[in-house]
Amino acid sequence: MAELSKNDEPQDATPNVSEVDVVEARSEDEAVTRIEAPVERGEPILQVRDLVKHFPLTQGILFKRQIGAVKAVDGVSFDLHQGETLGIVGESGCGKSTVAKLLMNLERATAGEIFYKGQDITKLSGRALKAVRRNIQMVFQDPYTSLNPRMTVGDIIGEPFDIHPEVAPKGDRRRRVQELLDVVGLNPEYINRYPHQFSGGQRQRIGIARGLALNPEIIICDEPVSALDVSVQAQVINLMERLQDEFNLSYIFIAHDLSIVRHISDRVGVMYLGRIAEIGTDEQIYDHPTHPYTQALLSAVPVPDPDAREQRERIILTGDVPSPANPPSGCRFRTRCWKAQDKCSQEVPLLAVPERFKTSDAPAAHESACHFAEEKDVVHAA
Amino acid sequence: MTTIEEVVPVPSPGEGGADGTPLLEVRDLHVEFHTREGLVRAVNGVNYSVDAGETLAVLGESGSGKSVTAQAVMGILDMPPAQIPQGEILFRGHDMLKMTGEERRAIRGRRIAMIFQDALSSLNPVLSVGYQLGEMFRVHQGLSKKDAKVKAIELMEKVKIPAAAARVNDYPHQFSGGMRQRIMIAMALALEPDLIIADEPTTALDVTVQAQVMDLLAELQREYNMGLILITHDLGVVADVADKIAVMYAGRIVERAPVHELYKRPAHPYTRGLLDSIPRLDQKGQELYAIKGLPPNLLRVPTGCAFNPRCPKAQDVCRTEVPELLPVTEQDGTELVGRASACHFWKETIHG
Repeated sequence: MAELSKNDEPQDATPNVSEVDVVEARSEDEAVTRIEAPVERGEPILQVRDLVKHFPLTQGILFKRQIGAVKAVDGVSFDLHQGETLGIVGESGCGKSTVAKLLMNLERATAGEIFYKGQDITKLSGRALKAVRRNIQMVFQDPYTSLNPRMTVGDIIGEPFDIHPEVAPKGDRRRRVQELLDVVGLNPEYINRYPHQFSGGQRQRIGIARGLALNPEIIICDEPVSALDVSVQAQVINLMERLQDEFNLSYIFIAHDLSIVRHISDRVGVMYLGRIAEIGTDEQIYDHPTHPYTQALLSAVPVPDPDAREQRERIILTGDVPSPANPPSGCRFRTRCWKAQDKCSQEVPLLAVPERFKTSDAPAAHESACHFAEEKDVVHAA
Repeated sequence: MTTIEEVVPVPSPGEGGADGTPLLEVRDLHVEFHTREGLVRAVNGVNYSVDAGETLAVLGESGSGKSVTAQAVMGILDMPPAQIPQGEILFRGHDMLKMTGEERRAIRGRRIAMIFQDALSSLNPVLSVGYQLGEMFRVHQGLSKKDAKVKAIELMEKVKIPAAAARVNDYPHQFSGGMRQRIMIAMALALEPDLIIADEPTTALDVTVQAQVMDLLAELQREYNMGLILITHDLGVVADVADKIAVMYAGRIVERAPVHELYKRPAHPYTRGLLDSIPRLDQKGQELYAIKGLPPNLLRVPTGCAFNPRCPKAQDVCRTEVPELLPVTEQDGTELVGRASACHFWKETIHG
């Protein structure tokens, strides 16, 4: 499988993580060249800055007036490095799937930038966009609806080659598809079968094989295991970790199962109502959460240990997530937060390392969007 | 709209129970489906019992027969294609499978109620929630529309739906997922049943809402001293609320144990596999343990132990002989109360 391996020769190591290097591409050709260049080590492969997506709410049939907007994603920023897994967790409606669609350019962002290797992909179109999409692929949640029931597995996995013929010449495709089936642990002889002949876990493997077909650098996984049986979930997670090591892939792993996210992620971002509430390494988020929402979320997860159930301190939030069409002023979590004060309704808390932790090296010193950020270990609370 | 109470004698809450009869007992239940592809044996001899105030968790993957068993208990299986060739379902000592339709109707809803997984598709979208909640009182107790609505508001307050009086005329789509699930719970509780069957009540909900709903259910269960059968595949939820657990695989119970015992030392390789495949902190960066293979197709259940193709301990005997669900004992032979395992090698699994 040598040809699937990534171009990872070390380049000039200049770690410039914070500064975004924006160069307007003068022509489409230049854009394509930039995208195909290997990424420099230390520089994030994907940088998302103040990403916003508002879906307009309209009234009237013939003369549509905009009366408001559903603020699905409202100012999200993060970095993704090569070979890294960034987990994104949050309740339904918090905008995590919209982020995935924006990264794929399946939805046009209302504002903000997504830099892939320094190139803002939200502004691209045509050939340059096609080149970017080759490198960012997606694995969907529901393996029952994301595969066309009238196509054979070979056609499904081979379809990306129709769009990007430069990856595999025509005569070579069947062999490539069989290789891909082998990589994801399916029998290469299944190439002529239809999706209904496979179980859920096998279908998800087909979806992963399709995602791998074009040798992408980034795979966006939107709830890849939540539709699967418990005993099969572990198999798919193991497969994804193995593929990451083998092909040096970067994952954006969106899920609501916090224990699986912790297992697979290097860093985790917690989203609430279109914003990131807290972001940090898995240890910082799970063992040293400082945002009240993260603490509530973690304490609500049922722990598979019956001995812990009497001792565990649980924070049970009241009410539901407010509507993203009309989010609360200031901090969006304040309507459900037990710490909320007047300041929370007036000032929007910024996602930054809290002032009090700024000078310390403690694990609590990570970015958290709360005025009253405070460390609280909820997972081990006795 | 006549009340059924006058026609049919309903077993009174005091009857049975006192002399040690469990609230509900399922004995050697079999359920089959006749399909075009052949006979599907969805449930193959299931035994379990629940007492008042007790929570039994039925744990299993899709296709393990856990929901079909519950539907048979509730009497809501479509027959045909389903058939119950064998078995007994005893409610306070009376076999419900021998009852007439009329008698079962009197129990269903009033004595045994069910909470379904998907609240949006289980509620009627064209009727207001108040009307649907009131139906229980109108049909079973013969209340007038007006009185039923008052009762419906009381119920909605009971399950902590804010502004119940204002929302009683709203339709299901106007409620959020968690609120809809509360309405389902309210409906099940309406007639203060003795037993509630909850089929994956929180699977469709977010964790923060799941915690709210499970808390509410536990609180109401304590208040009314109800029996609860919780059907789920989530090992975390089970650890939080269950008293005892029955693990199902391919239509059989493969292990039965009190909750603390099961997590401490499982006596069946399938249970052990499930517990081992939960991501743990100290395993970060390592491979997760995964049960190999796939759950069996019920049209072609493997011979012998149904789990044998996926089992790390499988021997020849596992491929030929179906292991029975037998009591599990300590190494010195003392009985472990409430424990049983359907594995030829349970001794090695629990003690080795």
